[in-house]
Amino acid sequence: MQTTTDQNRQQLIEYINQLPDRPYRDSYLIAVLHKAQELYGYVSRDAMDLISSQMQIPTAHIWGVVTFYHYFRTQPPGRYQISVCLGTACYVKGAAEVLQAFKDRLGVEAGQITEDGLFSLLEARCLGACGLAPVCMINDKVYGQLNPDKVGRIINDLRKAAR
Amino acid sequence: MSKITIYINGKPYKVEPGQTIMQAADKLGFHIPRLCYHPKLSIEGACRVCIVEVEGMKNYVASCAFPVSDGMKIRTNTLELRQARRDIVELLLDNHPQDCHVCERNGTCELQRLSYSMGIRNRHFEGQRKDYPADESSEAVIRDPNRCILCGRCVRLCSEIQQIHNLSQAYRGFKTVVMPAYNIPMKDSVCSCCGQCVNVCPTAAFLEKNHTKEVFAALNDPSLVKVVQFAPSVRAAIGEAFGLEPGHNMEGQLVAALRRLGFDYVFDTQSGADLTITEEASEFLERLQGKGKLPMITSCSSAWMKCMEQFHPDLIDNISTCKSPMSMTGAMVKTYFARRLKVSPEKICSVAVMCCTAKKYEAARPELMVDGLRAVDYVVTTREAAWMIKSAGIDFLNIIPEPFDEPLGISSGAGVIFGTTGGVMEAALRSAYELFTGQTLVDIEVQAVRGFEAIKEGKVVMDGQEIRVAVTHGLGNASKLLDMVREDPKRYHFIEIMGCPGGCIGGGGQPYAGVNAIPLDEDALKKRAQVLYDLDRHRTIRRSHENPAVQRLYKEFLQRPLSPISHKYLHTHYKAKEPRGVIPRS
Ligand code: SF4
Ligand code: SF4
Ligand code: FES
Ligand code: FES
Repeated sequence: MQTTTDQNRQQLIEYINQLPDRPYRDSYLIAVLHKAQELYGYVSRDAMDLISSQMQIPTAHIWGVVTFYHYFRTQPPGRYQISVCLGTACYVKGAAEVLQAFKDRLGVEAGQITEDGLFSLLEARCLGACGLAPVCMINDKVYGQLNPDKVGRIINDLRKAAR
Repeated sequence: MSKITIYINGKPYKVEPGQTIMQAADKLGFHIPRLCYHPKLSIEGACRVCIVEVEGMKNYVASCAFPVSDGMKIRTNTLELRQARRDIVELLLDNHPQDCHVCERNGTCELQRLSYSMGIRNRHFEGQRKDYPADESSEAVIRDPNRCILCGRCVRLCSEIQQIHNLSQAYRGFKTVVMPAYNIPMKDSVCSCCGQCVNVCPTAAFLEKNHTKEVFAALNDPSLVKVVQFAPSVRAAIGEAFGLEPGHNMEGQLVAALRRLGFDYVFDTQSGADLTITEEASEFLERLQGKGKLPMITSCSSAWMKCMEQFHPDLIDNISTCKSPMSMTGAMVKTYFARRLKVSPEKICSVAVMCCTAKKYEAARPELMVDGLRAVDYVVTTREAAWMIKSAGIDFLNIIPEPFDEPLGISSGAGVIFGTTGGVMEAALRSAYELFTGQTLVDIEVQAVRGFEAIKEGKVVMDGQEIRVAVTHGLGNASKLLDMVREDPKRYHFIEIMGCPGGCIGGGGQPYAGVNAIPLDEDALKKRAQVLYDLDRHRTIRRSHENPAVQRLYKEFLQRPLSPISHKYLHTHYKAKEPRGVIPRS
C-alpha cells in the first residue's frame, strides 16, 4: 500500500517534471514550494530533500528561500489551525490585540506551532466575515466578535476538548 | 577602449571604463572602506560601508557595485560621508557582542579595524544582541552566529568557489542567521571542512575547532613522548602570523620553536609526503598496467576526500588508496618509530601542525586508525601553532633555526612542493617516470602543472606511452574537472585535486590576512608557493623514492611499496556518505 508520503512525493515529482525548462528550472522554486505546502500541509524536510535532488538545487539554498518567506511553514500544522484575520474591518475593530492575545496565551509567534503540536497560529487577510469582526478561523469554524478574554476561553475549551 | 575621465575629490584622473568606482579608486590609491566585497566573489552590495558621493545622485552609492562613467564626480571623504559610514559600522556594532578582549580574532578582526579607522571611540547605544547557541559539532569548523555581521562572504565563498553550497542566510531581518540547510549541525551537513569560510569571515563567526588546550596539556604530561610533524606550507606562511610579509621560509625557526614548546621529536610531514609519492607512483603504475581504474585521482586533501564521499561517490574507485602524508607520517610514528624507541604507541602523543582545518576531521576518521589508535592525536592549524608559540613567550622571529629529528626529518624536493597546487603531480611524475622507464627524468620541473590556473593539463611520454595529467585546486574547479572526466573517462590518466584554492598554501588554517591584505589574495599565495619551489631547487635529492629515510623505512619495516604491511598502514578505502551534496547545473 502507498503511504501518504509516497503519494505526496509522487505528486511533487510529477509537478516538477511538467515544469517547462525555460527560462530555467530554478525560477520555479517558489511555485514548487507552494505545491509542496499544498500537498504536505507544510514544507517538510522530506519535500525539500526531494526538490533538491529533483531540481539539482542545494538544500541550503532551498532552506534560505523557505525561511525567508513568511507563508512557508516548516513544521506540520497543529491540530487546531488558528488563522487570525488582519483584514481592514477586523483590524479597525482590534484584530491586533486579538492576535497578541493568541500569541501570549499560546507562547508562539505567528507562523509557529505550540510545542505540544496542538495549535498553529497564522495571520490571514479578510476571511469574508467582516460583519462579525474581529474574527478568526479555527480549522473550518469561524469565531466572531473576539476580544482577549474570549480568546482565553476559546483556547481553554479547545484544550479541554483535546484531552 | 579609450580612457575616460573621472574626478575624485576634485581632481581629474584618466581611468579605464567598465570598472566599478572601487576598482578605479583602488588603482589610484584611494582605499575606500569595505566589508561585504571580495574581489573573488560576486558582488553583494549589502553592507554599504563602501558608499561614496556621486554628483547628481540623490543618495550615496555603493562603490563596489557602481560603474564609473565619463565625467563622473566622486567624493570619498566628505564630513557627511564619514559620518554616514561611521553610522553604518556603528549599527553593526550595536548587535555585536563587543567583548573583543575574549575573542579569538582579537587583533585580526576586520570589524575591529574598520571601527578603528572609522574613528569610533565610544558607544552610544546598546542594541539588541543576538543570542544563538554556537555550533561546535564539527571536528574542524565551528560557527558562532552571535559574532556574524551578515556580510555574506562565507555563503558566497562556499557556493561560488567551493561549490559546496553548505551555507545560506536563513530567515530575515534581525533574525537572519548564516547556517547549513535545516539548521542541522555542521557535522551532519555537506560541509567539506575546508575552512575557507574561516579565512574569509571578517569576524570570529567561523573558526577552526581549537585544540591548543589539549596539546598544552599533553606537553605538560611527563609520561608521554611528544612527537610533532608539520606540513610543507606551514613553513611558507607562519611568518605572516608574526608580521612578516608573505614569502618567508620559517622551517628551521618552526622546528626550534616546537622544541621550545616541549616536543621531544620534530618530524617533517614532507618525509611522509615522499612515502606517499613512492606508494602512489607505484599504485599508478599498477593501474596503468590494468590493475585498477584510471584516471587515478589523488587523495591527500582531506577536504577533497570528504567532498568526494558526499558529492562524487561515483568516482570512489578512481581515488588513490594512499593515505595523506600527515596520516602516513602519523602511522609511522605510532608503529615504526614507537618500535625504534621501544615505547608503547599509547605513550606517544602525535601532533600535526597543518595549514588545514579539514585535517582535524581526517585525523578523527575511524578508517585511518592504526592498530586501534589514532595516527595523529591532535591537529593544530598554522594559526593555532603561531598562537601557542606567542603565548609561550617564544621569540619566533629571532630564534636560531634548528634541523629536524631523525628518522622522519629528511625529505626530498618532491616532498616540499606537495604544499602547492600541482606539486603532488610533479612529485609523482618524477618518481613514476623513473620507476616505469628505468631512466632519469631530465627536465624534472614540470612547468605545465605549476601556476594558479583553474585547470592545468600536461603530458609526459613514458617509454612511448603518452600520459595525460590534469591538476586542479578549489572544490568548485574540481567539480568542473570531474564533469569533464565523466564525459570522457579516457581523457586523463592521472588527476591531482586539492580542496583549497592554491593548494595547501591557501589552506583554511593559514594565517589570517594582514592589515592591508585581503583573504585568499593570489599574490600572497604565489609568494608562499615560491618559498616551496625555492626549497625544492636547493635540495640535492629531488625525487621521493631517493629519500634515504624512505628507503630505510622500506628496508627496516615496510619491505616495499604496496607490500601487505604498506597496505595495512599506508592505504585506506572511502565510502559514500550522507547527506549527498547537490551541485547546481550552471
Ligand atoms: S568549511 Fe568549507 S565547505 Fe564547510 S561551510 Fe566552510 S567554506 Fe563551506
Ligand atoms: S559568518 Fe562571517 S563571513 Fe559569514 S556572513 Fe557572517 S560575518 Fe560574514
Ligand atoms: S476583514 Fe476580517 S473578515 Fe473581513
Ligand atoms: S563593500 Fe560595497 S556594499 Fe559592502
